[in-house]
Amino acid sequence: MTPPLPLRVTLGGTIALALIRALTLGALAVVGLRGGEAGGLTTPDLRALTFTLKQAFLSAALSVLLAIPLARALARRRFFGRDLLTSLLGAPFLLPVIVAILGVIAVWGRSGWIADAMAVTGLGRLNVYGMPGVLIAHVFFNLPLAARLILQGFSELPPERWRVAAQLGIEGSALFRLVEWPAIRASAPGAFALVFLVCATSFAVALALGGGPRATTLELAIFEAASYDFDLGRAALLAGVQFAVCAIAALLAFAAQAPVASSPGALTQIERWDGRSFRARAGDGAVIGAVCLFLGAPMLAVVLRGIAGLDDLGPQVWAAAGRSMIVAAAAVILTLALSTGLAALIVALQTRGSRTAARLADLAGLLPIAASPFVIGIAFVIILRPVTDPFALALPLTAIVNAAMATPFALRILIPAIRIAHDDHGRLADSLGLTGWTRLRVLYWPRVRQPMGFAAGLSGALAIGDLGVIALFSTPDSPTLPLLMHLLATSRQVDAAHGAALVLIALSFGVFWFFDWLGRRS
Amino acid sequence: MIEVQEAVIRRGSFELHASLSVPAGAICAVIGPSGSGKSTLLEAMAGFIPMASGSMRIAGTEISALTPSDRPLTLLFQNNNLFPHLSVEQNAGLGLRPALSLSVDEKRAVADVLSEVGLGDLGARLPAELSGGQRQRAALARALLRDRPVLLLDEPFAALGPALRDEMLGLIDRLVLRREMAVLMITHAPEEARAVAGLTAVCAHGRIDGAHETSKVFANPTPELSAYLG
Repeated sequence: MTPPLPLRVTLGGTIALALIRALTLGALAVVGLRGGEAGGLTTPDLRALTFTLKQAFLSAALSVLLAIPLARALARRRFFGRDLLTSLLGAPFLLPVIVAILGVIAVWGRSGWIADAMAVTGLGRLNVYGMPGVLIAHVFFNLPLAARLILQGFSELPPERWRVAAQLGIEGSALFRLVEWPAIRASAPGAFALVFLVCATSFAVALALGGGPRATTLELAIFEAASYDFDLGRAALLAGVQFAVCAIAALLAFAAQAPVASSPGALTQIERWDGRSFRARAGDGAVIGAVCLFLGAPMLAVVLRGIAGLDDLGPQVWAAAGRSMIVAAAAVILTLALSTGLAALIVALQTRGSRTAARLADLAGLLPIAASPFVIGIAFVIILRPVTDPFALALPLTAIVNAAMATPFALRILIPAIRIAHDDHGRLADSLGLTGWTRLRVLYWPRVRQPMGFAAGLSGALAIGDLGVIALFSTPDSPTLPLLMHLLATSRQVDAAHGAALVLIALSFGVFWFFDWLGRRS
Repeated sequence: MIEVQEAVIRRGSFELHASLSVPAGAICAVIGPSGSGKSTLLEAMAGFIPMASGSMRIAGTEISALTPSDRPLTLLFQNNNLFPHLSVEQNAGLGLRPALSLSVDEKRAVADVLSEVGLGDLGARLPAELSGGQRQRAALARALLRDRPVLLLDEPFAALGPALRDEMLGLIDRLVLRREMAVLMITHAPEEARAVAGLTAVCAHGRIDGAHETSKVFANPTPELSAYLG
């Protein structure tokens, strides 16, 4: 006879579950009902669907294919700064999308470093806008993520396997076939599904680097339908299509047990004895060097131009930074409340043998990945308009939407931590009669605080850097920092935009480090 | 066959000082508490940890500068000795050729050794389809096919039940001694040492001071050994 779920777990989890369902499926229903008949998908809609699928597929394929040699090189080389480099591979995830776009344009854009170099050599100028730009930006973000997931796959192999291989003299392609490839085959599908999912809902990248009828993603089309045309029926229809696309990808990712977020910090270095030949070393060096250039050059460009632009920063930047900090703080609190409540419920269900209920709750936690932040925003506008001016509530609504969007990532971090605490010492705590507050403090808190700090940092950084739903409310008198930066960049105040980008980088990494430090502090 | 002289091996703040020699055709048990450095010695001999000073010779040749695959020895681990997606035959065949393309004669040699260790009709199975004891037999088959003069056993039978463990020790005794190999075997159990090992080396507090006749070691235990045996 299993004991009933504690009331606070049931209550907290059910409320979190209801909120997430309301924010995702509920918002879609509200917008759909208000929009009324949308008719079928038009040609531009189909084009957006095709482009979304194509770019997401290519982004995922390129990211994973390039990640394989990178992960392989990083796994078998030991050099000064290797740990720092693998830690930095986690950084693009925290980088505000709009900042990275500035960097990509500075390197690959019409007057960027590469275009200049090509013009000098007489090759003509590269046009990055459209599919190439979208792919470059998506690979910039997701290649490091994919490489870390594959590296994690390598480090999960038993260490004896490398030793047996070393003893038997298995090297090069034989080692790849016998040891590395099976590990890649286990981790790469999950990485592919995850990157596909992230790119399928891409908005800011498509807004800045795509655009035009040929390079519009579904998310961008939803935004345009909602903000330019205020065609709610069409927005809801497109959001429904996006939901279906993401649901299929999410189910695949779930089936492939994609980790959704890679674990923090440097990954354990496996001891290896292969790849000592000159050819292997030169090849690995070239791969690592090329990736450092590809990832580092846009960052360097942003920092260099940002320092030059710091003088152009007016008081509006600091006011916007303050607003972004408040939004981020609110989003962090909400994310933690939602994800802790839901994670506790999921683990309680898992450990009581209600596996179907646990899986359903787990899947519900992934819903926000497939949801469109614009649909959530519009739903709020529809509901709140009879009562108050929804645009005056732009900042709280942004915090709520950001919290919903960060919850899937926070869940992936918290569920394993709570689960391990339960599995390792749950029975001991039961036998000692630890319940209620003491159980929380003794059993769970020491094991959960560090992942919780990491999840808080992640959601804070995502909220600080997000240019999503705020663009819909677009109140130029009280913008958040990413929106202000976007407005500066599009109104040709490029220096000020770069200065703001530098402030934005400092804030999002600062917020991440602050919460991560809070969690680790002894 | 095995000659370790004043070898010093450092691992973090831990330091092992080891000296011992084992002739061909002999089994030497290495006994001592966990954390005393037994595995460290075997890993250093196999080339997985560098030796700080001293010497290690096998059949007169200094091995400390050789790569793991060039050392004339085979180390069997407690688990994960096999590649999970290769059949028993293929796993054993790696002992002959790391590239896995065997000639007809080599395939016959693999089949012979597999039946010698009692896996004659299981060659096509995957490791996951075998019991723990059968997996270690397959790993042993590969070690025999490699035909190196020294076999190092890092408790490969520790996870097996007592009857199975006795059987495996008997197998080692028969096969290895027939081939005149020298064996170093880590163990926690004095009865294992008494059963098959003519020699025993005691490892305690980061020191191994020679391999001695097993009966004498247990008849006159050092203070460290009596403390361990209790």
